[in-house]
Amino acid sequence: MAAPIGQPRVRLPAQIRAGEVIEIRTLVSHVMETGQRRDQSGAVIPRDIIRRFEAKFEGQTVFAMDLAPAISANPYIAFQFKAERPGRFEFTWTNDAGESRSVTQELKLA
Amino acid sequence: LAPVPASATLSAAAQAAVDRVRNNRTPQEGRIVLRAPPIAENGNTVPITISVESPMTAADHVTRIHVFADKNPTPDVATFHLTPACGRAQVDTRIRLSQTQDVIVLAEMSDGSLYMTRAEVKVTIGGCGG
Repeated sequence: MAAPIGQPRVRLPAQIRAGEVIEIRTLVSHVMETGQRRDQSGAVIPRDIIRRFEAKFEGQTVFAMDLAPAISANPYIAFQFKAERPGRFEFTWTNDAGESRSVTQELKLA
Repeated sequence: LAPVPASATLSAAAQAAVDRVRNNRTPQEGRIVLRAPPIAENGNTVPITISVESPMTAADHVTRIHVFADKNPTPDVATFHLTPACGRAQVDTRIRLSQTQDVIVLAEMSDGSLYMTRAEVKVTIGGCGG
């Protein structure tokens, strides 16, 4: 069974003006097992990571990241977005097993 | 971080990874700024910020940013996929570094051009779980 993908957290700034470039910060709990560790019997603990993050705005992918085992546990990903109109974001984290977890967030303009 | 001269050799694995991205293009210097702590106390979680100078317009934007670590068990760290909707080519994340080593960043532009930088991050306690 794959390691659980924790409830992701997403932060957008409080006040967003049309045309502003904002920072979107995300954090998700996940062990990001590298495949380099061994258990007490010496057996390799298999790799089990979140391998993809995708941000969609109004259905269009605006940013994505391919993660390798070298990304730290509890992946922190921050990126920039030019807020031109209000709309809905969907953020998705996908693990090696192809399981995913998504959160949606409304972008409102001040 | 001050960049390392491009002439310094990389590990075979890191060089192969860079060559796959390069795809026979010659990378140019400049445009990329890699920020990381000068000394990372914990190699398990090293915060990095990468900024690439670009207008991020439909006609002229960063399409991908690749990050490699020269001496980790495997060189791949991340690939970021950007679009003009980003408005600014800047990404932040936290990475694992097994030891003091060079972090290599390549940025691909919408016109096919390629930029590269590399910088040494010192690590006091390595982290890759091994």
